[in-house]
Amino acid sequence: MKNLAYISIGVLFGITMYKSEAASWFRIYEMFNFQAFHMYGIIGVAVVLGLIIMQLLKKYQVKTFFGVPIIIDDKEKSFKRYFYGGIIFGLGWALAGACPGPMFTLVGAGFYSLLIVIAFAVFGTYIYGVIKDKLPH
Amino acid sequence: MEFILEPWPWYVSGFLIALVMFLLLMMGDRFGMSSNLRTLCTICGAGKKTSFFDFDWKSQKWNLLVMIGAIIGGFIAAHFLSNSSGVDISLETIKDLQQYGINSSENSYLPTEIFGLYSIKNIVLLSIGGFLVGFGARYAGGCTSGHAISGLSNLQLPSLIAVIGFFMGGLFMIHVLFPFIF
Repeated sequence: MKNLAYISIGVLFGITMYKSEAASWFRIYEMFNFQAFHMYGIIGVAVVLGLIIMQLLKKYQVKTFFGVPIIIDDKEKSFKRYFYGGIIFGLGWALAGACPGPMFTLVGAGFYSLLIVIAFAVFGTYIYGVIKDKLPH
Repeated sequence: MEFILEPWPWYVSGFLIALVMFLLLMMGDRFGMSSNLRTLCTICGAGKKTSFFDFDWKSQKWNLLVMIGAIIGGFIAAHFLSNSSGVDISLETIKDLQQYGINSSENSYLPTEIFGLYSIKNIVLLSIGGFLVGFGARYAGGCTSGHAISGLSNLQLPSLIAVIGFFMGGLFMIHVLFPFIF
């Protein structure tokens, strides 16, 4: 039952990514050229609503569907890792036009060349894990 | 029905993404897709050599299920919920892309010049793009879902730094590197 819930949430996410065109390379290119409001609108609405949701969850100490308190940990404080990591991610995001969610959605939509992107994203993650201690964090 | 078949407007999509985040929080989990890439490394056996991947991947099974759902969602959206595969980008963008010889936006969801042709150049581009996404997401501790949506929603300064980084990298790629690549 729980498994089905996770898959359903994923299906909703995948459909949203595809139908909003956020999974399209063209939209990412357009966003980084500031030629349309579309992507900014998507992220903006999600963040503003997300902010309201987070505040309400905290204020009313809402519990999960299973009765456990929701505790959202703060991100670990640092500058370097977020800044350098962010830039590297951005370079790839603009080139492949896909972030880690939509790249899976695109495979489902029938774009099998995304399997190359996914394979190398897994490989990139692996290399990070190997050289992690040598990088500034 | 017509509304569903057309591309969805940004406010509908933004709302649904916030809903996805809310549902995952209510399930007792967090919205973050790039964690799955790490879990995939562990499933492939990376934990035997590298401590970063040495964790019980079954604890992350829920997120893999979300990922499988995202694949199914892509299938459903492309096959049953769309009446055209073109992307409605601005005329300016279409013109700019024509300079690079990319003309497929009106009848294709992704540029067929890059994603539809298995040339050596394209395979190299997709490989480098994927590598940077995977490496960068883990280095930054999250991707668009984890930082730009969840992190910013929770007013996390680290996420703001990461998102600024995402944009700096993206702008550099498109404005500085693209003219050399395409």
